[in-house]
Amino acid sequence: MVQYNFKKITVVPNGKDFIDIILSRTQRQTPTVVHKGYAISRLRQFYMRKVKYTQQNFHDKLSTIIDEFPRLDGIHPFYGDLLHVLYNKDHYKLALGQINTARNLISKIAKDYVKLLKYGDSLYRCKSLKVAALGRMCTVIKRVGPSLAYLEQIRQHMARLPSIDPNTRTILICGYPNVGKSSFINKITRADVDVQPYAFTTKSLFVGHTDYKYLRYQVIDTPGILDRPFEDRNIIEMCSITALAHLRAAVLFFLDVSGSCGYSIAQQAALFHSIKSLFMNKPLTIVCNKTDLQPLEGISEEDMKLVMEMKSEAMKTVVAQGGEATNDADVLLTMSTLTEDGVIAVKNAACERLLNQRVELKMKSKKINDCLNRFHVAMPKPRDQKERPPCIPQAVLDAKAKEAAEEEKRKTEKDLEDENGGAGVYSASLKKHYMLANDEWKEDVLPEILDGHNVYDFIDPDILQRLEELEREEGIRQAEEGDDDFEMDGEELTPEEREALIEIRKKKNSLIQEHRIKKTTAQNRPTVPRKFDKDRRFTTKRMGRQLSAMGMDPSKAINRLRERSLSRKGRKRERSTDREHDDGGAMDMDVDQPNKKLRLRSTSQSRSRSRSRSRPPGEVVPGEGFKDSAQKSKALKLFKKSAQKRNKDARRGEADRVIPTLKPKHLFSGKRSIGKTQRR
Amino acid sequence: MRVEKCWFCSSNIYPGHGIQFVRNDAKIFRFCRSKCHKNFKMKRNPRKVKWTKAYRRLHGKDMTQDSTFEFERKRNRPERYDRNVTENTLKAIKKIDKVRSERAANHIEKRLRVRKGKERREASKEVDQSIHLVQAPQALRQESLTLPKVKVQVSQQNSEQNQAMEE
Repeated sequence: MVQYNFKKITVVPNGKDFIDIILSRTQRQTPTVVHKGYAISRLRQFYMRKVKYTQQNFHDKLSTIIDEFPRLDGIHPFYGDLLHVLYNKDHYKLALGQINTARNLISKIAKDYVKLLKYGDSLYRCKSLKVAALGRMCTVIKRVGPSLAYLEQIRQHMARLPSIDPNTRTILICGYPNVGKSSFINKITRADVDVQPYAFTTKSLFVGHTDYKYLRYQVIDTPGILDRPFEDRNIIEMCSITALAHLRAAVLFFLDVSGSCGYSIAQQAALFHSIKSLFMNKPLTIVCNKTDLQPLEGISEEDMKLVMEMKSEAMKTVVAQGGEATNDADVLLTMSTLTEDGVIAVKNAACERLLNQRVELKMKSKKINDCLNRFHVAMPKPRDQKERPPCIPQAVLDAKAKEAAEEEKRKTEKDLEDENGGAGVYSASLKKHYMLANDEWKEDVLPEILDGHNVYDFIDPDILQRLEELEREEGIRQAEEGDDDFEMDGEELTPEEREALIEIRKKKNSLIQEHRIKKTTAQNRPTVPRKFDKDRRFTTKRMGRQLSAMGMDPSKAINRLRERSLSRKGRKRERSTDREHDDGGAMDMDVDQPNKKLRLRSTSQSRSRSRSRSRPPGEVVPGEGFKDSAQKSKALKLFKKSAQKRNKDARRGEADRVIPTLKPKHLFSGKRSIGKTQRR
Repeated sequence: MRVEKCWFCSSNIYPGHGIQFVRNDAKIFRFCRSKCHKNFKMKRNPRKVKWTKAYRRLHGKDMTQDSTFEFERKRNRPERYDRNVTENTLKAIKKIDKVRSERAANHIEKRLRVRKGKERREASKEVDQSIHLVQAPQALRQESLTLPKVKVQVSQQNSEQNQAMEE
């Protein structure tokens, strides 16, 4: 059974608080830093996110409020009416409706502003849009503030409502104010209701629980009801009326026979008759309380008559249920809560009546059939004395018997194993049952791998035949091969040629290497003409060696060179008369070769001591790059001509001083590590 | 027990060697050693890796089609054991192997022979063209055809001869 628990409703915040909560959450949970320089899409996204986030939060919170407050139509009519009585149904619905519209308005605002934000073109504009959006949402909430406050109050009150289960066993106590209802409930349950001498001490419903026959009963204490027309009743009385109207309970109508409540029996009887319509289908018991002050027998005739009338009415309810009509003792009971005389009896009577009524109802309803099997197991009645045991066919019984016998005779592999020493010692021969052409082959061990081939791949019944074919093929092929072998492309090289080839290759390789070296060094070092040969690599000796290696006589070449050499020139001039004798003969060579160093040194020394020689203007010096003296003189003339005009006009020439950079950076910028930079 | 083929290099995988990799589509890749396995993990194509059999067969370096390959085929249906057949098979395997290896060697030799001829022709051409790098032309040479090995000797000889000639 669902317990109606209104305590679980979340707190409804006040309008201002609500705004504060949501806005501060937006500020905390969304990114906060944005700069003017961000991409426009990023700015838009930033502000859209804030707007959407705020809207989302409002939406969530308002939705929880709307969902958690109960809908009056969807709950038990008792509660519906109770809530209507306590807080006006229309007001309640209106408040919730306002919250709903607020939620929708906020969604709309957010949607509109997000649409506008999509086209925001600057930080400022986007920001103002966001501010406007949030502002509008907050005003919506502010307007809805009073509804929120109202709902909060309702929530607080609802939380304190007693948790009454409308469907379980209930005993309702009603009557005039001050007749002793609360004292009764205090007596039979653990409820602690205020008991005071003034009327309307109890202002709302109170629930207590009591047990009877291992079942739990709710006992509901109501505020006193006055005898007034229905429309004049106040809220408190309406509570009791609602309870009476909607709860299917046993009703205990309390009667104060002593009149100490301030109302006479006649008034109470009048009340009874006015609300007896509410007692339809409920087991009614009339309880006369405060008998310690005034026993029931001692009341006046008229009062007695009234009481009897009430009793007969009550009896009618008993009869209407179909219970025993004769048991009128249960209908009218007396007790005194002060002396606790008859209190238990009253409780028992009421509980009993209620229980009976509920059981009756249950039996009549359709659901009882589902539970019937829990009460009762049906056994068929034997119609005659014949024995009917279960039927097993004879064949099955025979087979079973046979199996049992066979188990002992057959010898299993396991037995064999056990005989021969157990699991570790004996290994069963798996090949025992092989079906082969010749039984001798059963224990054969077949190799699986041979020379890197899988034997299984080769096994073939007609392998011999195929092998024969293969051998035949092979023989044919080899014969052909023998014929082909003698064809050969190209001739062999003679041994001399082979040697020559080796030499050639070596020479080529060394040439390539030299070239490579030269290439790389040429990039790093200045290329100097051969006449400045400081490593003395280009000597006649070397050349002579190379030439003779190739098989030539180098003497002629050496002599020719010597004639032409520059260092010789000077010497030649001294000994000009000896020119004819210089036929590159062996004498010179023999003399020169060992003493080349001495010779050179002597010439240089001799030159410094003699007069400096000047050359005629057109003389071609080998190494300058001129073909002949005509070319040289022409070149000189061209050079002079190109400088004439410039010199005449006194223009800046090649030799005139030029400053390539007027303000070099390193002189005009930078700090000095020590010193001042006053002057630049 | 089976001797498998390595998926990458196509060499024999004996029992207890290598790694098998089973892919999600249940294809099994066997590798003979970590070299092949690592190459596979690098997603290298064996047809492009020089030292594998796949490359060699694809580029015609090794023999591809031969009747000896027909003998070795994985049969999925087991044959009933017959001693004679087994004996014959074992002998045959050896012979088939020999024939196959001979044929393969032949194939390679044939391939190389072509190259040899080309090499020879090139060598003779080179000698003809570049002999001037190591030998002086006939006209200037002192002695024909033999290369002078000891240089000092030659020059002395030359000078003597020269003198002899001149005189």
